[in-house]
Amino acid sequence: MPETIAAIFTPGEGIAAILRISGDASLEIMRKLMSGCPEEIEPGRVYDGKLSAAGQDPASEAAGEAVFLYLKAPASYTGEDMLEIQKQGSNDALEEILRAVLGLGIEGVREAEPGEFTKRAFLNGKIDLTQAEAVTDIREAGTEMSLAIAESQIEGHLGDTIREIRSTLLDILAEMAVDIDYPESEIYEGYEYPESFNEDSVSDIVNRLRWVHSDVADLIDTARIGRIARDGVRAVIAGKSNSGKSSLMKALLGEGQVPVTDSADSAGDTVEETTSMGGVPIVLVDTAGLRNIDDETEKPGIERTILALARADIVILVIDGSVKLDEEDRKILRFMENMNSDHLIAVINKEDLGRTITEDDVRSILPGATVINTSLVGSAAEDAARRISEIIGGILDLGSIDIKETSIITNERQLKMLRNADMNLDEAISMLQNGEPMEAAELSAHYAYNALGTILGEEVGDEVLERVFGKFSLGM
Amino acid sequence: MDNCNNRYNIIVIGAGHAGCEAGLVAARMGMKTAVFCTDIESVAMMPCNPSIGGTGKGHLVREVDALGGEMGLNIDKTFIQSKMLNTSKGPAVHSLRAQADKHRYHEEMLRTMTEQDHLELIVGEVTDFTVDRTDKMSPDDPGSGGTSCIGRITGVKTADGSTYSADAVIICTGTFLGGKIFIGDDVTVSGPAGMPPACELGDKLRAMGFPVRRFKTGTPARMLRDTLDYSKMKEQKGDETIVPFSFMNEEIVYNIDQISCWLSYTNEETHKIILDNIEKSAMYSGNIVGVGPRYCPSIEDKVSRFTDRKRHQLFVEPEGLDTDWMYIQGMSSSLPEDVQHAFYATIPGLEHAEIVAPAYAIEYDCVDPLSLRPSLESKILENLFCAGQFNGSSGYEEAAAQGLIAGINAVRKLQNAEPLVLRRDQAYIGVLIDDLVTKGTNEPYRIMTSRAEYRLLLRQDNADRRLTPIGYEFGSVSEDRYRRFVEKSARVDSEISRLRTRKTDIDTFREFLLRHECDMLSDSLEPDNIDRKRKDIAETGNQTFADILRRPAITYDDLAEIDDDTRPVLGSNEKTEVEVMLKYDGYIRKQINEVEKLRNLENKKLSDTLDYNGIRGLRLEARQKLSEIRPRTVGQASRISGVSPADINVLLIYLEKEMRSSQSGTGTD
Repeated sequence: MPETIAAIFTPGEGIAAILRISGDASLEIMRKLMSGCPEEIEPGRVYDGKLSAAGQDPASEAAGEAVFLYLKAPASYTGEDMLEIQKQGSNDALEEILRAVLGLGIEGVREAEPGEFTKRAFLNGKIDLTQAEAVTDIREAGTEMSLAIAESQIEGHLGDTIREIRSTLLDILAEMAVDIDYPESEIYEGYEYPESFNEDSVSDIVNRLRWVHSDVADLIDTARIGRIARDGVRAVIAGKSNSGKSSLMKALLGEGQVPVTDSADSAGDTVEETTSMGGVPIVLVDTAGLRNIDDETEKPGIERTILALARADIVILVIDGSVKLDEEDRKILRFMENMNSDHLIAVINKEDLGRTITEDDVRSILPGATVINTSLVGSAAEDAARRISEIIGGILDLGSIDIKETSIITNERQLKMLRNADMNLDEAISMLQNGEPMEAAELSAHYAYNALGTILGEEVGDEVLERVFGKFSLGM
Repeated sequence: MDNCNNRYNIIVIGAGHAGCEAGLVAARMGMKTAVFCTDIESVAMMPCNPSIGGTGKGHLVREVDALGGEMGLNIDKTFIQSKMLNTSKGPAVHSLRAQADKHRYHEEMLRTMTEQDHLELIVGEVTDFTVDRTDKMSPDDPGSGGTSCIGRITGVKTADGSTYSADAVIICTGTFLGGKIFIGDDVTVSGPAGMPPACELGDKLRAMGFPVRRFKTGTPARMLRDTLDYSKMKEQKGDETIVPFSFMNEEIVYNIDQISCWLSYTNEETHKIILDNIEKSAMYSGNIVGVGPRYCPSIEDKVSRFTDRKRHQLFVEPEGLDTDWMYIQGMSSSLPEDVQHAFYATIPGLEHAEIVAPAYAIEYDCVDPLSLRPSLESKILENLFCAGQFNGSSGYEEAAAQGLIAGINAVRKLQNAEPLVLRRDQAYIGVLIDDLVTKGTNEPYRIMTSRAEYRLLLRQDNADRRLTPIGYEFGSVSEDRYRRFVEKSARVDSEISRLRTRKTDIDTFREFLLRHECDMLSDSLEPDNIDRKRKDIAETGNQTFADILRRPAITYDDLAEIDDDTRPVLGSNEKTEVEVMLKYDGYIRKQINEVEKLRNLENKKLSDTLDYNGIRGLRLEARQKLSEIRPRTVGQASRISGVSPADINVLLIYLEKEMRSSQSGTGTD
């Protein structure tokens, strides 16, 4: 006997909570819960009704009006019969109705497990896997940006983009299949081929595969945005002790949000603070200096700094410009040399104390870095912070992206499958270019097609199952 | 009543390409076997094209041979021209095709049949079955899908009123069952090539509840050899080096005089005559209800479907050495004879041709293969096995493949042993049968290379490696063949491992590549780590012979130039196998990985009694299809049209739940 599930949804501020029920018992529950329930219940119609005695605790003040909406399978979110109940007042009132539903004595009615409505919607083919994932993402969204992406994904933008790429690829696969079955000239095999088929078809196929390949590559590029939205941009502030790292952090965060003491250095630890620049979440990381790099006791702190630098999206190097570069500066600079200098901002601090180090000195060591000359005190610090914000915005280049209209990759599973597709398309193209057989190249293109299908949950595999069993718990 | 002379273990109905394989393998596996045919001339008759093999089909013949079947041996005895097709493409689509001497093909198969122990060839028309209706197949059918089992077959009745009893029956009626020939308005009840048809059995099958359908196929005109003008056509010669079909003939060097075929083209005048008379074609008049094959259309189909084409190819092929009949490949038709005369005469070379037999279309009874199990046993009648065109396929090779499997599985059933069900990654035969019994077919089914998703594994050069051990295990492969196979495999394997370690000095290596115009860093067929390997080669020139062989331009024979006396003497097929296994190594391994991934689904068994109506979330269409087809595994279920990936997810979750609840129920075991 299939089970009927029930749970309370709290969509968000200003929108009333709702009790949702999904399963074959939905109609029966409505009949028992609504007093004077009509004989014929029209699906999709909103009924203003009174709760029956079964639907309420007589002792409570929650008695009275409720709104009922019955949806008939498959025209519902889950693809099953569904009942939605709304009630004015606090959530407690809905809680009470939920308890009443579970207490009606209908067999197989139980409280839903987390994500179970979505799981049923996916299994009933109402939504694809990217949409199902977006439902979870919305619940877990920590930033405005990730919420916006999840909302766009739940609309099906990402799914549509992938379906489009897949459909183009399917046409190409069909043509490759014709080539495979096409016998060499002048051997009659009993079948005819489309007139359009000719010798140029191989280079034509290569060209069309390239288009698909670039679409996939574009999508992979968006994973960076997805990750930034979810985890924030990691901007790591580095520099020797007393160069002014904390002052910069303070300026970037605005007043009063950061510990007064230079805790990173004093504890040999990294300090993380989250802020937002133009809607983009930024994680600022203050690191300890690398002063006593050979001192065993400070080793863990130094390792943390190195690790933070390795994971950084952007590094802000703070240099005390009033004194000569010392051993510690040089150690840090040596580190920077191996980094992507586009993502490097060098702040030469303490202009007010005079200059021993010039912008040119820094540029000669870090040619690609953006260099700022400043004093991280007072309004100069605010100016520096503003400039750094702008530079970061420029580096990330997020300004041109309309999140609501763009398909953005938001999780590792999607990215992994896209990389798989990317690799296989790349392989198919280079095989055809090297004159290797179509029947071998077709397989690689086909694997790419399957990988894209896995993202949508349209290709059956352990991948999907793990998702269904892992992320959405299995209702027994 | 039951004469004990009329008692057999296995009865085969029909002696075409399916029936011969079924009868021979059953007898060879020790069963007392009878093969019925309506006319002795119909044994291994080729009523259509005089050739065996071709793309995809050549693979099937190799596989039939590897499993101990007869088709490959028989064509090797009787071919008059041989060609390896698609040699400009990769080895996975190389395909052998031979022109047959039709009459000798029939004679040699007839001889093999009559000389076979335990096998009896009986001329007679089977008109009915005897059925034990008390003995229904036990677990089947919770009542849906319309393929309910009605009992167990116990024998057959013939037109002369005799009854023959059998433990199992294999039906291979080809185009004989309910055969009807169409030439224009002219409709004749007949088997192919004027053979007597089998009229009654089809109606009996319908009455018993078999889903019988009408399919049609066609054949072109035959013309008299000396009335054609060969100067106006292009000659098509056979290969200089002949590769035999059968593994057993690999050592033989063939030195025969091959005949030629001839290529010509239709033209706009031909097309005009056809289009002007199109309503006279039986295909268009509505006389024919059967569905024809898309991949082998009649000339009127081609002309009316591809209106922008100015010409179509046709081939003139001799039907044998002792006949002056020529077969006009690509020109089948059901137009009236006078129209045929008119349009054939417009073709260069055929202007003055004398037609000795007109083109015709033939319609016949066949069964919906969805009513079959993957073993080719009928779901409707236990111990009845079905093969060939009766199952909705087209082609001699497709028929032979099914005949062999039906024969093996009939014997296995009587031995209470597991049936031989080849997977899609094991054989084209597996693809063919899985497609038929899982997806069904709406037209005569032809095997194609593109239908095989594991085609890099299913090459014609490794059919023996894939299937001979399986055939040996299931009892269809002789000791002699198996011993030779083991010896050959050992030779091939040891050569492969030798090439994987053997190297030469850098100067010889450079000079060799230069001579063959190969780049030192040329891309190999090995897809992994190309960059790292390039670097390695550039620095050291350090490559094994196996690595060198991966260059597209280098062959195994070339390697002899830089090899020493450790190089063994191999047969030509052995060389091919070594070369392909090394050249394709990377792709083969990649494909094996894919197979492993999907094996998971193939290993998830679905019970024969599973109540799909009780599984929440399955869509209605999926419930119906699953109940009807009753797939053996989730993998098979996923290939049923009308069963969506979402349905498969539902099935997997259902199975997972079942497994978890049974585990929690039974505790630690």
